[in-house]
Amino acid sequence: MKTNEVAGALGLTCLNAPAEEREVTGGYAGDLLSWVIGRAEPGCAWMTIMSNVNVAAVAVMADVSMIVLAEDVRPDETLLRKAQENGLGLYISPMGAYELSWRLHELLS
Amino acid sequence: MKLFYDFHLHSCLSPCGDDDAFPTVMAGMAKAAGLDAAALSDHNSSRNCRAFLKACGVYGLAGLPAMELTSAEEAHILCLLPSPEAADEWEKYVRERQLFVENRPEIFGRQLVMDENDEVTDTEPRLLITAASIGVYEVSALVSSLGGIAIPAHIDRSAFSLLSNLGAFDETMGFPVVELSAAADPARMAALCPALKGVPYIVDSDAHRPCDIPDAAHTLEADGPEPEAIIRALREGRGLRRL
Repeated sequence: MKTNEVAGALGLTCLNAPAEEREVTGGYAGDLLSWVIGRAEPGCAWMTIMSNVNVAAVAVMADVSMIVLAEDVRPDETLLRKAQENGLGLYISPMGAYELSWRLHELLS
Repeated sequence: MKLFYDFHLHSCLSPCGDDDAFPTVMAGMAKAAGLDAAALSDHNSSRNCRAFLKACGVYGLAGLPAMELTSAEEAHILCLLPSPEAADEWEKYVRERQLFVENRPEIFGRQLVMDENDEVTDTEPRLLITAASIGVYEVSALVSSLGGIAIPAHIDRSAFSLLSNLGAFDETMGFPVVELSAAADPARMAALCPALKGVPYIVDSDAHRPCDIPDAAHTLEADGPEPEAIIRALREGRGLRRL
């Protein structure tokens, strides 16, 4: 399932469309950036409540297919700019990471 | 003696540090800013501290080796050490407990190791900003056992701080002093977290570029300019304001 299809199915608001639609291969929920770098699988959708500029660097490093900011967390200006510069898919949702993960799992199963 | 200090400076070893932030230049700019004591605290490494300390010696500045540790909770903890040897020992301990991720300079920036002659002697391959499996309840005792002091960094910030990541300050963590950034409102911090009331605090710049070191403004009262005397003064909160 492609990033735009996942976004549509989960009702995510797109803050920055990815440079190219990618296949979403799984999900990772977590806020400690070191864990995301070390554990998130390439291609997964990353659900987080972190909203600072480091999120963009970590997303590139971990090669995630999309960033989903949970709980309606707003990205700070630099994160939004970095997402634009790097062509990262950045989305926002009122749902928490638990609900997002559960729905994503159902979607990909 | 009253010492103007800034214990939180980065160099080109930190991925987010400016490439022009040579350790010697940071020492020179610290002196030019009117400081009496300064520490170089790169992320999870003190590999540029020897060059920094040598330059401090040339400029007549009291220098301390240091490190800004990323704890298991991703809270940044400023660790000041009494000697380069103690800093080496601490770095070895941290390194063994840090997840190895290779740095990608195009994303995070270069991590340059430099000597006192401003020569690049190495490039640190390990991404320095990742967390070490050292928790906030154990770091103070560990650093103290090496003769140093651990200080929660910029606790007023909304990212990578003890309060942002744990939401609490607890005296059993064993931190005798905390660090605020220049923008912080001390009265608000104490109101936000009652456990902080009465805790001494320092204010540092967290400068990542030579031009970011502000003019000297904050002082402590130490018996002398030696690292041991400065660490003792910090531990006792001498000459420091309290929250």
